[in-house]
Amino acid sequence: MEILITVNGRDEGHAVEPRTLLVQYLREACGLTGTKVGCDTSSCGACTVLVDGESVKSCTMLAAQADGCAVTTIEGLADGPELHAMQQAFQENHGLQCGFCTAGMVMAAVSLLEEIPNPTESDVRLGLEGNLCRCTGYHNIVKAVLAAAGSK
Amino acid sequence: MIPAPFDYVRAGSVDEVVAALTEHGDEAKVIAGGMSLLPLMKLRLATPTVLIDAGRLDDLSYVRDAGDHVAIGALTRHRDLETSALLGEACGVLRGVAAEVGDNQVRHRGTLGGSVAHGDPASDLPAVLLALDATFVAQGPSGQREFAAGEFFEGFLETALAPDELLTEVRVPKTGPNGWAYQKFNRRAQDWAIVGAVALTADGTTRVALVNMGATPLRADGVEAALVAGATPEAAAQHAAEGTEAPADLNASSEYREHLARVLVRRALEGART
Repeated sequence: MEILITVNGRDEGHAVEPRTLLVQYLREACGLTGTKVGCDTSSCGACTVLVDGESVKSCTMLAAQADGCAVTTIEGLADGPELHAMQQAFQENHGLQCGFCTAGMVMAAVSLLEEIPNPTESDVRLGLEGNLCRCTGYHNIVKAVLAAAGSK
Repeated sequence: MIPAPFDYVRAGSVDEVVAALTEHGDEAKVIAGGMSLLPLMKLRLATPTVLIDAGRLDDLSYVRDAGDHVAIGALTRHRDLETSALLGEACGVLRGVAAEVGDNQVRHRGTLGGSVAHGDPASDLPAVLLALDATFVAQGPSGQREFAAGEFFEGFLETALAPDELLTEVRVPKTGPNGWAYQKFNRRAQDWAIVGAVALTADGTTRVALVNMGATPLRADGVEAALVAGATPEAAAQHAAEGTEAPADLNASSEYREHLARVLVRRALEGART
């Protein structure tokens, strides 16, 4: 089937099988490999992207379900060399170690601040419950999200 | 993990869903948010040959004051429930527990109707709707049918919906903002409940329902009867596991779940009083 998704502001039309997952579409059809496949069971959140501005796990959504939607991936956040405030905050607060969860974590955090612009620490921890990190123990991730909220 | 191949039908109306279900029968599954169905399809535990996408039926996404009850469209997402001011005033328990489903990403996609129609005893909201004595409305080829929540959940992932019917609306009574508590026990934040218990006090009676204590969501009849007979919450909660058939799995034995049910029901009862 023919699908047209606006990915990071660019129209991406591709012919795919109906069973194609959104994350496959992004990585394989669009060549955007910043979005990772982690657990592949909608538990870990590494594949989180924004669909029409809201965080979703792209391993558990069909590309067909996103047909006609606007998708933002980690590649769509920065403005040229200028990092997005959330990316900058992750860098400055050492919010990552191995980096595998980072793309999903940043996208989930961007969506969270859309919904709760001035979160408490507890809001951030609860808001990121769908994203697992095995390196940092979360403390610096939470710090980064709070810093990004404060910088706006 | 990729689902087995299927034909994809995007429905533009309830009638189109029903027509497609009538045509394809058992081979077809309806998908809304897909938060329950897609994981099963990826594991090839579900292999529908036709997938009917109802996710674009925006006219089934609403929370509406309908006089003596609140009417909620089947396509209403958990996110919309947890942010509904109307629901917060009229049926706080449903709004509050919707905020406990999965995680943000799941609540952005998952729908109330999907959760009900899937009929998973480990889901949070079916037990709440059971405690609320909610009414479910379905549309089939020969018209509309209504089900009482207590007659809807028939077995593990089995409901009273016919293969050619689409769940369209959930009706809940106005129980007010407070007087409820939900206790969910799990190992990781966004996991299914190992056991859950909801207590709701409305119109002078207390209803209690259990998550993941059998093949369907269950009312804790023994607890409710003990409360009517004047038992304290602590004493009533001792009846929580009566009549249940708690599953045993990697997370917990049946006995452990029975213990959890008694503890969680006691906490829920105490929480619902305040």
